[in-house]
Amino acid sequence: MSKYQKVAYYPGCALEGTGHAYNRSTKALGSALGLELDEVKNWNCCGAMEVKNIDPKVQTYLSSRVMSIAANQMQASVVMAPCNGCYHNLKKAEHELAHDAGSREAVERISKKAGHETYRAGQVETIHALDWIKDGVGEDELKRRVKNSLKGLKVANYYGCMYTRPRHIFPEKDQGPGSESTSKPHFMDDLLAAAGAENVDFPLKTACCGGAHTLSDSDTSTKLVLNILQAAEAAGAEVIATECPTCHSGLEMHQVRAEKVLGKKTEVKMLYFTQLLGVALGVSPRKLGVHENVSDGLSLLKEKHLA
Amino acid sequence: MREELLSQAESVLEEWLRARGEAPTSETSEGFRLLALHRQGARGSPSFNACRETCREIAYHYNLLAKEDPYTETMMGMLVEHLKLFVRGKLEVEGLGEFCCSSRALRLESAAQEKEKLHG
Repeated sequence: MSKYQKVAYYPGCALEGTGHAYNRSTKALGSALGLELDEVKNWNCCGAMEVKNIDPKVQTYLSSRVMSIAANQMQASVVMAPCNGCYHNLKKAEHELAHDAGSREAVERISKKAGHETYRAGQVETIHALDWIKDGVGEDELKRRVKNSLKGLKVANYYGCMYTRPRHIFPEKDQGPGSESTSKPHFMDDLLAAAGAENVDFPLKTACCGGAHTLSDSDTSTKLVLNILQAAEAAGAEVIATECPTCHSGLEMHQVRAEKVLGKKTEVKMLYFTQLLGVALGVSPRKLGVHENVSDGLSLLKEKHLA
Repeated sequence: MREELLSQAESVLEEWLRARGEAPTSETSEGFRLLALHRQGARGSPSFNACRETCREIAYHYNLLAKEDPYTETMMGMLVEHLKLFVRGKLEVEGLGEFCCSSRALRLESAAQEKEKLHG
């Protein structure tokens, strides 16, 4: 049995809001593949937003609390976070706790005050949803289980920036064949290819979308996203596969804004990779939350006889 | 065309460096001045690595364009456009990319000042 057969699941706040469809499709995909998700009890914010701007050590504590609950209360050895932000922050906390005495001291102090066991580096392994499927199931098994091949569907895989940066917090990446690459990530490409999709050559797969400035400098974000959408279309993509709720909603929102503000219309659709894999496994688009997406992925799936 | 696009990309990074009061390097890295300029531009500014892969892809497409190919040319053009947009964004709002890619605490200094004010 794979060590990823049953994992502690940390959805994070985005998956309860704008990324609800990602939450839904992650659960549905896991269920279709016979993988078990055990949600981290009483989880908290990973500290991705305001806290980290004021006190990074409190952010390390917040992420460590999630890992502490998984390790010490649930006896889990693996935490799976589908959100790039959560995944990034848990990995960062792990790195800080392994290498910085000041962070260890702060986490120890706050954990005591909060009345729970202190998390120690190495107690759990944090993985992304891509690792979960890639290493927990693998392409061969996925291929075997495909009911509706995605054959003929042209996909541009967009990973965003937090999945691979900064490199030093992802020691398991760039380890040669079989490992993920931080400069040219390919796990999503591999999985979707196994499901029959035709991955297009997309050179902007980790390019900045200006997501963090979407409120303070919307025009820059819109232009960056528009360039990503136009490049995907120029590469022949019908759909952009995403693996992060923030990237996904950024692409969707700015696609609408680009049309309204800049008069630039793009047709490419956005679907989470979990939705695409779910469709390939025969799960209904509704169960995968496709109707919750802003871009109309359903019409594309219908057009391709996948729904 | 590939020379012109590469030159545009280099100019973008030169602007970034000049804005920081630095003289753009004339050295090359892996055969590309663009990559050396990027390395120089990212020194002390880890979020500038958000355009590292874009620069590397530009170099890769430049190499591909040793043979004429309109598709590769279009893609190289879009990569250069992305670099322009990113650097322009950073020149307008320096923190662009810092929140996500380098995960830098943007308000550390102002928060410390506010704390100081509150607690004397």
